[in-house]
Amino acid sequence: MRTVSSESIEQAVYNLAKNACLRLTPSCTQALNKAAAAEEKGSAAAFALDTVLQNARTAAAETMAVCQDTGYAVILAKIGQNVHIDGALFSEAVNNGVRKAYEDFCFRKSICDPITRVNTADNTPAAIHTEIVGGDKISLTFLPKGFGSENMSKIFMLTPAKGVNGIIESIVETVRLAGSKPCPPVYVGVGIGGTFDTCAFLAKKALTRDIGSANPRKDVAEIERIALEKINALNIGAQGFGGKITALGVSCELAPTHIAGLPVAVNIQCHCVRCEKVTL
Amino acid sequence: MKKIQLPLSDFDIENLKAGESVLLSGHILTGRDCAHKRICEFLDREEPLPFSLKGETIYYAGPCPAPAGKACGSCGPTTSARMDSFAPRLLALGLKGMIGKGERDESVCSSIVQNHAVYFAAIGGAGALYGNAIIKSELVAFPDLLSEAVYRFEVKDFPCIVAIDCHGGNVYKK
Repeated sequence: MRTVSSESIEQAVYNLAKNACLRLTPSCTQALNKAAAAEEKGSAAAFALDTVLQNARTAAAETMAVCQDTGYAVILAKIGQNVHIDGALFSEAVNNGVRKAYEDFCFRKSICDPITRVNTADNTPAAIHTEIVGGDKISLTFLPKGFGSENMSKIFMLTPAKGVNGIIESIVETVRLAGSKPCPPVYVGVGIGGTFDTCAFLAKKALTRDIGSANPRKDVAEIERIALEKINALNIGAQGFGGKITALGVSCELAPTHIAGLPVAVNIQCHCVRCEKVTL
Repeated sequence: MKKIQLPLSDFDIENLKAGESVLLSGHILTGRDCAHKRICEFLDREEPLPFSLKGETIYYAGPCPAPAGKACGSCGPTTSARMDSFAPRLLALGLKGMIGKGERDESVCSSIVQNHAVYFAAIGGAGALYGNAIIKSELVAFPDLLSEAVYRFEVKDFPCIVAIDCHGGNVYKK
């Protein structure tokens, strides 16, 4: 049994939140550069992509949030079952880290009561997903999730007869309906299988993968490839101004499902892909 | 790039064409979901608004708090479509400009033409650049809404694309 203090978890979350809100992931910057090069010089899409890349450089240089929507703090934690957490509750440690980072670095507090809309004023609670795994380590992934894109996400309870074509149609149709609203070019996280709830989680988990990383299963990688090609034929383009690049990538995560169903969840992420990871 | 001084003049509005890039300077108001709902509740109760919308340009945004030495933190646009159900009422009160991101519904598009107004698209996800283009910020109304409160910003060379012009030109209709 290895002991990890709640203070070290809090500090780790603080650092993750800070870095995540201040910078794009390397794979996102790379994909945006590629997209900017692909668009016609002088087009509105090229202007939008150049602006976004310039913005990322300014944010890093001046310690400013890349995007004012510093998001819902989503934490995916893998906790080794040979770890003993000493001190405060795990969730309390995570929320403390979020609270302090959002205050110290002038990030926006965006969490409110769903009915009264009264803001919690410290960006907590975080959305915490824990998974118990083997070993004696804790690995934490922090994804500040903006809601302009979250709002455009969908879940489909397809029939098994719909098959692979149905999965691809659901992904492409979600991006088509979202149009200019979620800050394209988007990153598309897809959950396939599981139950209604686990499918949605798989879609979120897919967004923590590097853009351009293919699913190790060949048939799934093929779904990712075809869906991306069809999305980029939609001519939505950066900010909806038209263009060749409507999505930076499509990532699919799978789980076995019931014989009667084929759940497909499509979680849309804007072009500001921010995601940080650490292992304690 | 074409430079536009705010408040918008009828002449400027008349000559803005969908797709062109502009740099805005002058005063704008912020307002997003909750502020729009409140404004319309004032109108429903037939009470005067705490601020005038006549001739104004409204920016759909909720800023990050200002770091030391800056007037404002990161402050890019939010998705305009969520304000579509409110916007025609505000345009009828004399609102002339809207700044946000993404397409608008038919009611807003026709209301822009009817009221001789304009909709600008700012670049979503460029919060740090827009924050730096804000040189002054003051709270105008609804402080309890925190980042969703109504602020008056003075902006300098605030880059936008004319998204829907007063002649019905629309950058999102391809």
